[in-house]
Amino acid sequence: MMATSKKMLEREPSEIELLLPWHAAGTLDARDARRVEEALARDPELAKQYTVIQQEYAETIHLNESLGAPSSRAMQKLFAAIDGEPVRKPSVSFNFSARVAGFFAKFSPRALAWSASLGGLALLLLAGVIGAMLVKNQNPSFETASLSTNRPMTRDLGRAAAPPPRALVRFAPDARVADITALLDNYQASIVDGARGGLFRLQFGDRAMGRDEFAGLIRRLQNEKVVSLAVDAQ
Amino acid sequence: MQVLYGRHHVRVFRFGFRLVRDEQVAEDLISEVFFDVWRQAGKFEGRSAVSTWLLAITRFKALSALRRRKDAELDDEAANAIEDTSDDPEVAVQKKDTSGALRKCLTALSPEHREIVDLVYYHEKSVEEVAEIVGIPENTVKTRLFYARKKMADLLKAAGVERGWP
Repeated sequence: MMATSKKMLEREPSEIELLLPWHAAGTLDARDARRVEEALARDPELAKQYTVIQQEYAETIHLNESLGAPSSRAMQKLFAAIDGEPVRKPSVSFNFSARVAGFFAKFSPRALAWSASLGGLALLLLAGVIGAMLVKNQNPSFETASLSTNRPMTRDLGRAAAPPPRALVRFAPDARVADITALLDNYQASIVDGARGGLFRLQFGDRAMGRDEFAGLIRRLQNEKVVSLAVDAQ
Repeated sequence: MQVLYGRHHVRVFRFGFRLVRDEQVAEDLISEVFFDVWRQAGKFEGRSAVSTWLLAITRFKALSALRRRKDAELDDEAANAIEDTSDDPEVAVQKKDTSGALRKCLTALSPEHREIVDLVYYHEKSVEEVAEIVGIPENTVKTRLFYARKKMADLLKAAGVERGWP
């Protein structure tokens, strides 16, 4: 038996043999997994090697789990470094349409079947951004009607108020356009920047939000099927 | 960032720890990794899982940290490696602790072999993902793991453990 096993090593390992560790970890695709299963069923030597691999797999997990977790020092150091960085202004994208196009180009063929509505959404988003830019460029103020001077008496509105919360969101690759628009509606969200590396900066509502309330919103977002990543972008 | 950190920092730490074999250095590594991620989020192209991207950055930083250290320091740390309190493979075998001997051998592998074993077994990365993280062709990923396993078998055999393979 040992001699047979040694022979297995003296020659180049077979393709199936090389895949055994991934089969143990459950990371093979269905086709390869089926090929390995069939080979294991007809080759006792391969099955013996697979048993050894399962043992290695279990002990590697055991060893890694025994390493524990980092102390809070690492997290403190990270967030101190982040706090020390200059605040980066979120820039309203000037090539927004190109970014949107780039993002939707990553969709699966199934999602692309919705391309009829893609154009509509792109126009809608562009209209939203243009609208947002126009609103942004207008100084939010009111003018009193009762007092006549050379200059209108104005009072800034909302300058002192905290801004609405923002998050960086990556949509799932198979997210459909209809899903994304529904999600934006549900959360009263608008895209204010995107999509660098597929990440969109979303703004939620038009008022400031408490820390707990926003943390809850982020958690809900993370649980959405069409969202693969959502992080605080305050 | 808090969410990303909360979700991935333990695995990133363990991967770095297994490579640099120093808890303090591994903690510094994860701060650097997540800080880079925070600064370069725009460069993430979304073609792979976030965890794959994080592990690739961690590996790069761990190897840089290792290069900064002298060989003598590495030897000292190897002697005081992760499983400080465990028995040597031979002692573990005498105690009929095959699992312990196997774990000891896992720590004795070269960094190249350790990382590939961990990525496949613990981090559950596919052939393609390991190739992306380590920066080698997919066929090399498969053969490297095969020879890492063979090395582990040799170490166990030297310690008196026969598992029926090879």
